Amino acid sequence: MLKSFRLILFSLLMLSGVTAFAAKSGITIGMQLEPPNLDPTGGAAAAIDEVVYANIFEGLTRFASDGSIQPALAKGWSVENEGKKYVFQLQENVQFHDGTAFTADDVKFSIERAQAEESTNAQKGLFENIAGVEVLDDSTVVVNLTNPDGNLPFNLAWGDAIIVAVESIENAKTAPVGTGPFVFNNWVQGDRINLKRNENYWGEPAKLESVTFKFISEPTAAFAAMMAGDVDAFPVYPAPENLPQLEADPRFSVVLGSTEGETILSINNKSEKLSDRKVRKAIAHAIDRSALIEGAMFGYGTPIGTHFAPHHPAYVDLTANSNYDPELSKSLLKEAGVGNLELSLKLPPPAYARRGGEIIASQLRSVGIETKIENLEWAQWLEQVFKGKDFDLTIVSHTEPMDIGIYVKPDYYFQYENAELQGVMETLKSESDDEKRTELLQQAQNIIANDYVNGFLFQLAKTGVANSKIQGLWENAPTQANDLTAVFWAE
Amino acid sequence: MLRYFLLRLGSLIATLVVASLVIFFVLEVVPGDPASYMLGINASEETLQALRQELGLNLSPPLRYLSWISGLVTGDFGTSYTYRTPVAGMISDRLWISLPLAIYALLISIVIAFPAGVFSAARRGSGFDTGIMGATQLGIAIPNFWFAMMLVFFFAIKLHWFSAGGFPGWDQGVLNGLKSLTLPAIALALPQASILARVLRSSLLDVLNEDYLRTARAKGLTRKQAIIRHALRNAMIPVLTIIGLQFSFLLAGAIIIENVFFLPGLGRLVFQSIAQRDLIVVESVLMLLVFAVVMVTFAVDVMYAWVDPRMRGRRK
Amino acid sequence: MTKPSNTTGFKKLLPGLILVALFFLAAVLSYLWTPYEVDSIDIKNRMALPNMQHWFGTDHFGRDIFSMLMVGARTSIAVAFIAVGIGVIVGVPLGLCAAAWQGRWLDELIMRSNDLIFAFPALLIAIMITAVFGPGAVNAIIAIGIFNIPVFARLTRSGAMALWAREYILAARVAGKNTVQISVEHILPNILNLLIVQATIQFSLGILAEAALSYVGLGAQPPVPSWGRMLADSQTLISIAPHLALFPGLVIVLTVLGLNLLGDGLRDWMDPQLRRQRS
Repeated sequence: MLKSFRLILFSLLMLSGVTAFAAKSGITIGMQLEPPNLDPTGGAAAAIDEVVYANIFEGLTRFASDGSIQPALAKGWSVENEGKKYVFQLQENVQFHDGTAFTADDVKFSIERAQAEESTNAQKGLFENIAGVEVLDDSTVVVNLTNPDGNLPFNLAWGDAIIVAVESIENAKTAPVGTGPFVFNNWVQGDRINLKRNENYWGEPAKLESVTFKFISEPTAAFAAMMAGDVDAFPVYPAPENLPQLEADPRFSVVLGSTEGETILSINNKSEKLSDRKVRKAIAHAIDRSALIEGAMFGYGTPIGTHFAPHHPAYVDLTANSNYDPELSKSLLKEAGVGNLELSLKLPPPAYARRGGEIIASQLRSVGIETKIENLEWAQWLEQVFKGKDFDLTIVSHTEPMDIGIYVKPDYYFQYENAELQGVMETLKSESDDEKRTELLQQAQNIIANDYVNGFLFQLAKTGVANSKIQGLWENAPTQANDLTAVFWAE
Repeated sequence: MLRYFLLRLGSLIATLVVASLVIFFVLEVVPGDPASYMLGINASEETLQALRQELGLNLSPPLRYLSWISGLVTGDFGTSYTYRTPVAGMISDRLWISLPLAIYALLISIVIAFPAGVFSAARRGSGFDTGIMGATQLGIAIPNFWFAMMLVFFFAIKLHWFSAGGFPGWDQGVLNGLKSLTLPAIALALPQASILARVLRSSLLDVLNEDYLRTARAKGLTRKQAIIRHALRNAMIPVLTIIGLQFSFLLAGAIIIENVFFLPGLGRLVFQSIAQRDLIVVESVLMLLVFAVVMVTFAVDVMYAWVDPRMRGRRK
Repeated sequence: MTKPSNTTGFKKLLPGLILVALFFLAAVLSYLWTPYEVDSIDIKNRMALPNMQHWFGTDHFGRDIFSMLMVGARTSIAVAFIAVGIGVIVGVPLGLCAAAWQGRWLDELIMRSNDLIFAFPALLIAIMITAVFGPGAVNAIIAIGIFNIPVFARLTRSGAMALWAREYILAARVAGKNTVQISVEHILPNILNLLIVQATIQFSLGILAEAALSYVGLGAQPPVPSWGRMLADSQTLISIAPHLALFPGLVIVLTVLGLNLLGDGLRDWMDPQLRRQRS
C-alpha cells in the first residue's frame, strides 16, 4: 500500500518536474494580451502581430529592429514608370509550412484578397493605391499603382500585408501557415501559444527550437512570473512600477527602447467648447508632462510636442510650444470667455490612460476645468469615442508607425480639418526626395502643434524585461512584433 | 410524489426558458459591436459589414435567439466571435479549471468547517466556541479578493512558495496544477467555511434540543457522543443544502478570484467576453451557470420531498 | 439557565454599534473636514509610509489614504443603503401581497420571479448590468438592489404567513378590515424586527458587493474615492507598497464585521425568545 502510494507520488513529482529539467533551447515570452486569432490580415489586434510577425508569416518586405525597411520574401525591387510600377524579385525555393511552394501567384492572391470587398483586413488603406498585380513568372511580380507612391515597400512591411497561401488561408485564424522561421504548434486558449522551429526555412534558420508565448495580463502575476522564472522575457512589460526592482536583480536585464506609440490627450475638435483654439491651447499648457510621465508611467516615456515619434529622423521637438504654464492656461480660458468648463474624459483600459487620466483631471482642475472621468472597456471606447465621437477628451496611444496622416481625415474621431495640412500631406504623397520629405513632415508637425489639435503627452517607452542570458531580442518596436529569429541563450 | 416531481420539473423548464429570454434580450441591448472591436480603430465600414455578415450578426434578433436556443439543446453552442472556435470547446476547457477549483475550495471549506462547527456545538458557550464564532464572523467579513491579494503578497511575493497567478495546464503535472489552484481555493474557501461552520453549529444545536436526543442524553450519553451518534446525521439536511448552494456559487462566483490569480476559468471567460463583446460566449456561459443553479435547487427540493413527504405540499 | 436581562442583551450590541458608529461618523465628518483634499495629486510624495502627516501613508499619486478612506465610506454607505432601500421598498410589498393572497396566481408569480433572480449568479449579473448601462455608482446600486428584492420578499412572505394564521388577524378581519389594511396595520409592524435585522445584514453584504464591483472597475468612477477601487489600484504595487492594500482592506473588514455583529446583536436583543434558545 505504502509502496504504491510512493510510486504514485514519485510519478507525480516526475510529471511536475519535467519542464524544470529541460535544456534551454526554448524560450517563454510573456505577453499582456492574448491574440483573438492568428490571422494578421483579418483583425487589428496588435497581439496577433506580436505572435506571428516575422515568426510565422513574412511579407515581401519587413521592418528591422531600427525601423528600417528590409527585403524579406522579395529579394529586391525596382521602381519604374515614375514611381507607378514596382517590380519585385522573389526569393526562390521557399516553402510554406504545409510544404506547398511559395510563388508569385501567392503574392497576387494575398494582395487581391486584402483588397477585396469582403476582405476583413483592418488596414485596407495600405492597398488602396494598388491598381493591379501582375505575375510575370514564378519569381517576378509587378505591382501597379494608381498614383506614384514612394511608400509602397513600407506599406508592404506591415503585418496586415503578409503573404498567405490560397491552400491554407481558410484555417489561418486558428492554425496559421506561413513561410517564416517558426511553425505554429499549438494554442491553449487563455493561456499560451507554442511555436516550433521551421527546419526547412529558406533563410538563416532560427537558433531556438521552440517558442512559447504566455499570456499574463495581470501586472502582479507578470512580476511574479518573471521572478519565478516561469517567463524568460517580457518584451512589453506591463508594470513600469516594478522595473527598478527587476533592474536591480542581476538575473534580469531591463531593455528600454522606443515604440511608435504617440500617447495623446485626444480632443474632440468639433465639440462646441473645444473648437476654439484658445481653449485647446489652455488645455495643452495646463498639462505637466513630467509629473504625468512620473505618475502614470513611473518615469518611462519621452515627452512629445506633436504627433511624431522622437526617434524618427524628421522629428522636431515642439514640447516648448505647449510647456507647463497653468497661469497662461487660466488667462487663455478667460480670454476665450469660457467659465465653468466641464468636459467628459473617457478612458480606455491601459494603465497609461487610467492613471494618466486621473493625473490630467487633477491638473486641469487646478486651472479651472472640471472633467467627468468615465472608464470604458475597449469595445465601449470604440463604440462611443471612436465611432460615435461622443466625447470631449480621451487618452490613447496611437501605435501605428508614421500615422500623422490621421490628421487629414476630417471624420477621424478627433475631427480635425485643416486645408493647409491637407495640402502638405498631398504633396508628400508623391514626393520621393528624402530631404524634401523631411521638410514636409516637419511642416506638418508644426501645423498640428500650433493648432493644439490634441494634447501631445509622451512617446510610449518599450520597457522590456528579459533574462540576462537572452541575446537578440528587439530593443525598439518599429511595429508590434516579437521577431525571435535571431534570439539565443548565451552560455 | 410523481405529481410533485413533474410539477417541479415543469417549473424548472419554465425558469430556464424565461432565463434564456432574459439573458438573450438583455445582451441584445449591450452597446458595442463585436465586429468593430475585432477590427480595431482603422477599419473601414465595408470591412465591418463583411465581418458582420460572416459572424451572422445581420440576422434579426428573434432568428438569432431561435438558432442559439436550438443549438444549446443539441449541444452546439455556436462559434466564438473573437476566437473563432466552438464555444462548447472553450467552455469545457475552462470547466477543467473552474470545476476542480470549486471542488478544491469546497473540500477545504468542509475540512475547516466540520471540526469547527461540531466542536463549538459540543462545547457551546466555552471559550473555544466563542473563539470559533468570532473567527467565523471575521471570515464572513473579509472580502475574498482582498484576502487573495494578501495571500499573494505573503506566499507568492515574499515567500515564493506559490506563483502569484496563472495556470500551467494539467499537462504540466497534476501537482503543479493543484499548486497553482491552492491560493485561489483558500481565498474562496475562507468565507464559505465560516458560513458552513455557523450553519452546522446552529443546526446541531437545533437537533440537540429535540426530544429524542434529550432522551438519549438522559440515558447517559455524553454531549459529544450524542452529537456524533445521532445529531450529526439529522443535522445534515440543512448543511447539505448549503453545500449544494455553495458549490454552484463557487462555480460562478470565482469570477473575481479568477481575475486576481489570472486563472483561465469560466468566470474569467465571461468577464473577458463581455469586454470583447463576444456575446455568444457570455450568453452560453451564463445559461450554463443558471442551469447549474436551477439543477442544484431542483435536486435539493426533490430530495427534501423524498425524505420528508410533508414538504411536498409547501415550499420553503 | 437564568433569564438574561435586557441590559446584557444591549451589551452584546455594543462592539458592533461602536464599529458602525465610527464608520458613519467618518463618512459624515468627511463632508466637513478631511486631513487632506482627496483629489490633490502630489507625485513627488507618493507611496509614503504611514507617518505623522499622513496617518495611513499616501497612495501612488501622493494622495492621503486616510482622507480617501473617509470619503470612500460615503460612497459605500450611499450605495449599500440605497440598494437595501430598493430591496425593502419593492420586496416588502411584494412579500406582503404574496402572503395575503397565498397560493393564488399572484403569489405564484412573485415567488417564481424570485426563484428566477436567485438562479442568476449575482455578481455576473451585476457585471452584465454595468456592461449594458456603463460603470458608475448608480448602476452599481441598481445591480445590488435587484438582488435584495427577493431576499426581502421571501422574508416578508414567510413572516407574514405565520401571522395570518393568528387569531387577532381573524378578529381584525371580522371587524371589517380588508386585506390591504390588515397587511399594513397588523402584519407589517409585527415583522418589523425581522426586517430590521435582515436590513443590517443586507447592508453589510451591500458594502462587500460595492467593494467587489469597484474592484473590477464597475463601481463609482474616479476621482470619487471608493474602497474597492483603492484596492484595485494598489494591486500592481503590492510588492513595493503593501500598505496601499492593507488599510482599505482592513476598513472594509471592520465595517462589515461591525454591521454583522450589530445585526446579530439586534436579533438577540429584539427577540428574547430566540436568545434563550441560542445562548
